[in-house]
Amino acid sequence: MKQFHFIVPFILMSLYSCAQQAESEVKAENPEAINYTTELVVADINIPWGMAFLPDGSMLITEKAGDLIHFKNGKKTLIEGVPEIYVRGQGGLMGIKLHPDYETNGWIYLAYASAEGEGEGGNTAIMRAKLNGNQLVEKQQLYKASPNSKKGQHFGSRIEFDNEGYLYFSIGERGEGSLNAQDITRDGGKIYRLHDDGRIPEDNPFVNVLNAKKAIYCYGNRNPQGLIINPDTGDIWEHEHGPKGGDEINIIQKGKNYGWQVISYGINYDGTSFTDITEKEGMEQPVFYWVPSIAPSGFAFVTSNKYPDWKGNMLVGALKFEYLERLVLNNGKVVKREKLLEKVGRVRDVVQAPDGFIYVAVEGKGIVKIIPKN
Amino acid sequence: MKPILLTLFFFFSFIFVGCSQTDALKSSIIRGEEIYTDFCVSCHLPSGEGVKGVFPPLAKSDYLFKNREASIRGIKFGQSGEIIVNGIKYNGVMAPMGLSDDEIADVMNYITNSWGNKNNNMVTEEEVSKIKK
Repeated sequence: MKQFHFIVPFILMSLYSCAQQAESEVKAENPEAINYTTELVVADINIPWGMAFLPDGSMLITEKAGDLIHFKNGKKTLIEGVPEIYVRGQGGLMGIKLHPDYETNGWIYLAYASAEGEGEGGNTAIMRAKLNGNQLVEKQQLYKASPNSKKGQHFGSRIEFDNEGYLYFSIGERGEGSLNAQDITRDGGKIYRLHDDGRIPEDNPFVNVLNAKKAIYCYGNRNPQGLIINPDTGDIWEHEHGPKGGDEINIIQKGKNYGWQVISYGINYDGTSFTDITEKEGMEQPVFYWVPSIAPSGFAFVTSNKYPDWKGNMLVGALKFEYLERLVLNNGKVVKREKLLEKVGRVRDVVQAPDGFIYVAVEGKGIVKIIPKN
Repeated sequence: MKPILLTLFFFFSFIFVGCSQTDALKSSIIRGEEIYTDFCVSCHLPSGEGVKGVFPPLAKSDYLFKNREASIRGIKFGQSGEIIVNGIKYNGVMAPMGLSDDEIADVMNYITNSWGNKNNNMVTEEEVSKIKK
């Protein structure tokens, strides 16, 4: 019995270390048949970070270094009046989203790193503006995270609207997870919710907490670069870059804590461990986590009839492995993963456009359209 | 007498400059390591080994030593197009990281003096500032 007591901790320890980095049970497979072709519709863009499709079928593309590109009738035009961008590490001009009522109000929402405010460095900001010819006008900054930091990591930043018209956006923990992600009085490592004009909703979860950042909707997120409404449920889903073997998909709920960096399935990128626990009371479990990490960026639900085999599936860009991942859900669980567009390059964004086609933004390349074979 | 003094003067100033250069290099390398951990490590990895065919290695990289100016330019303005490193082709894109000239000098001094690399010819802020797109 004494010996048994002695052995138990070792067994537990080995179980823990195995559990932490065991490859995901659902592995990314190669497709049985490839039922699509691809077409490079916009060429020569360094880092196409985000895409939005205007009602006339033209496209707005953010390039990380600060260009806002309008692609219309086969021609690229640079939009003038883009806010000053703090280009540093992973930060730059990032997410773009049209207001759900764009056709009547013309609002375009942009996420970008900005050096405005106090302190050296920069942090993520959200702006809305309108397009007048080739000029951004009526610019309104809706949010600016603080303090500024010279760190290169984890700016977020995607933008999404829910069915009630609330505006959500993501800001990563700026490379300081232990400082920012669990502290609701600090920016970073959060998903935020605002009214479309930047006002803070009265029923945001922390409006009555002293010194809290009132725009916070949930916290404990490391670096979310995927934020999208689930068309079936109306919930907002996010995915985030985790540590090594800890990228996650979560369903965003009001006031919830997603655990970074107290709980995680991952380890540090240098191989050292920073936590022994993967779950804790009061902290949410992910819908899915990737081992190994794929470095997810861009998120789409397929609803279009153009891809009958993919309907209801999720698409996620895999920056690290340079493909587009298709994830099949069953009862809220990921049951199948498939590699699309293998070796296409670093996939930064994926969008199902109003024309029903799926467009993929690839670093060093441009915008690729997926065309189903009949 | 005078020539001897002069010789001594040059001798000591040489030693002094030599020492301060070494110290300056040492502290630049230390600062460069911080920059590396912040901006470079996720692709080039902790030991500068890179990922074969995707992210070129920095450790024992022939490209880095044969193309000092192009390496600095790549960090300063971004790198794209085909390059050959240790006999292997790379055709990726490295975005400009938004580093200032002194930070670029520091990270160059770090990567050219780590993982078996050795470079006594210190990269300076001035050298970086002169390199144009």
